[in-house]
Amino acid sequence: MSKVFAEDSVGIVTPQIAHFSEPLALACGRAIAEYDLVYETYGTLNASASNAVLICHALSGHHHAAGYHSETDRKPGWWDSCIGPGKPIDTRRFFVVSLNNLGGCNGSTGPSSIDPDTGQPFGAQFPVLTVEDWVHSQALLADHLGIPVWAAVVGGSLGGMQALQWALTYPERVRHCVAIASAPKLSAQNIAFNEVARQAILSDPEFHGGNFQAEGVIPKRGLMLARMVGHITYLSDDSMGEKFGRGLKSEKLNYDFHSVEFQVESYLRYQGEEFSGRFDANTYLLMTKALDYFDPAAAYGDDLAKTFENVKANFCIMSFTTDWRFSPARSRELVNALMAARKNVCYLEIDAPQGHDAFLIPVPRYLQGFSSYMNRIEI
Amino acid sequence: MRADLDIIQEWIPAGSRVLDLGCGNGELLAWLRDHKRVSGYGLEIDPDNLTECVRKGINVIEQDLNKGLGNFASNSFDVVVMTQALQAVTYPDRILDEMLRVGRQCIITFPNFGHWRCRWYLASKGKMPVSEFLPYTWYNTPNIHFCTFKDFEALCHERQAQVLDRLAVDHQHRHNWASKLWPNLLGEIGIYRVSSPGFAQHKVAV
Repeated sequence: MSKVFAEDSVGIVTPQIAHFSEPLALACGRAIAEYDLVYETYGTLNASASNAVLICHALSGHHHAAGYHSETDRKPGWWDSCIGPGKPIDTRRFFVVSLNNLGGCNGSTGPSSIDPDTGQPFGAQFPVLTVEDWVHSQALLADHLGIPVWAAVVGGSLGGMQALQWALTYPERVRHCVAIASAPKLSAQNIAFNEVARQAILSDPEFHGGNFQAEGVIPKRGLMLARMVGHITYLSDDSMGEKFGRGLKSEKLNYDFHSVEFQVESYLRYQGEEFSGRFDANTYLLMTKALDYFDPAAAYGDDLAKTFENVKANFCIMSFTTDWRFSPARSRELVNALMAARKNVCYLEIDAPQGHDAFLIPVPRYLQGFSSYMNRIEI
Repeated sequence: MRADLDIIQEWIPAGSRVLDLGCGNGELLAWLRDHKRVSGYGLEIDPDNLTECVRKGINVIEQDLNKGLGNFASNSFDVVVMTQALQAVTYPDRILDEMLRVGRQCIITFPNFGHWRCRWYLASKGKMPVSEFLPYTWYNTPNIHFCTFKDFEALCHERQAQVLDRLAVDHQHRHNWASKLWPNLLGEIGIYRVSSPGFAQHKVAV
């Protein structure tokens, strides 16, 4: 008997692959000769192709944003709370495209793919990518799908940065830009956390200068540590306190360094363990670098308002009160610059206890504001 | 449209840039956009109002007036509007300063505590006035800074702000010869248009 999915689920979805054989020039000066982008779509593209929405993923995200790959899937896609019939990104109205970025490790060409020139995995040879490179590759995917203009480009965190970059690089191709829990650039503290994560990977003896695949190993410890430190920054102090407090795994303290004693230790280890089994270390390095490098105002003398001067999109910026990774103050920088540049912008500062991760969680006021904005988009 | 907003819109030139402090459900900005090609932003903190503004396509920004307008440049708006919020902010004098700095002109409406009914209520009962129009008890009210027309005008004078227009209306926003003659006694709501050309030079941040 077939499984019945919830009415607001997109149900079973199947990833597709687009192959690009024209070389893509990159910000670093190098080029990728040919590459694949894996993507999923939800909903139906209308005749005038005016209802297309692009989903940009964050650090460890991928193309599988909504629905299930099979009836036995335990979990839906990573943004299933916001994509589906009747959800903020309503698949009854919109044709939603969600891809795995270039350099990823979920099916798009990345460091773990085979380099056609050598027949070996790219590994350390894979070029460092920027948010702009991603946006260029996404524009080629849009061409491939017959989408001249996106009704909206939407993303949270690093995904929000891609949405902003879209509005800047292709002002004629984006009608609405929705950037959630994002920032105009990373702070020194943000970069510092990324550097700790990178060092954890780079200093793992199993990393082998990035060519671990050829050695038949993975830098599991390093990836685990990187994910653990990252995960701390995605949660708020309150939400961690609420979830774990100082709860212990066993009745008493062991007075050693080997046991997993506190609940929070067990949780972080589990998260790290799970992540190290599914994520490529080189991709992780690459994603954190793209984050660090993102700074569109740098080309405009750090004048963010001037940066936005030529954008045509309408903006919806949302932040969460307990997010300290990309705090509301960072979103307000974007909003103030957009207002100074006289652009259309809505800003919602959602009171939510979950920290940075709130953008993935169905917080009622968030969903309500998000829906209101998406519903007003003409298609 | 709410009656006071209907009066205010007449004071806002077509095509101007407006900042609406405490824009509620966005009614004024939506009307001005649709009828007078007015652009601008509304500041609001109530979640339901915010959602309604987003739905209407208003440029609404979630921002608390009590934290000031430090994120807006001096003289960056033609008109700054604040309806029925002066009495509810923590520092009415500072927000007035900020409005005068950010806008070339300001339109402010607020309830008049000098209205004869308030005076009569206080004089005869010896208790803080509670009415249909101002239904809150003293300990449970968003209105923490009541003033009279005279008080407000004294503040404007002190800040060298010029009162360009003044209208005293009843709670249904009607005005007549009597409220013109004795506004502080017979006007329930004051609608003021003020400006202070010198204020843009001040670097005021609340």
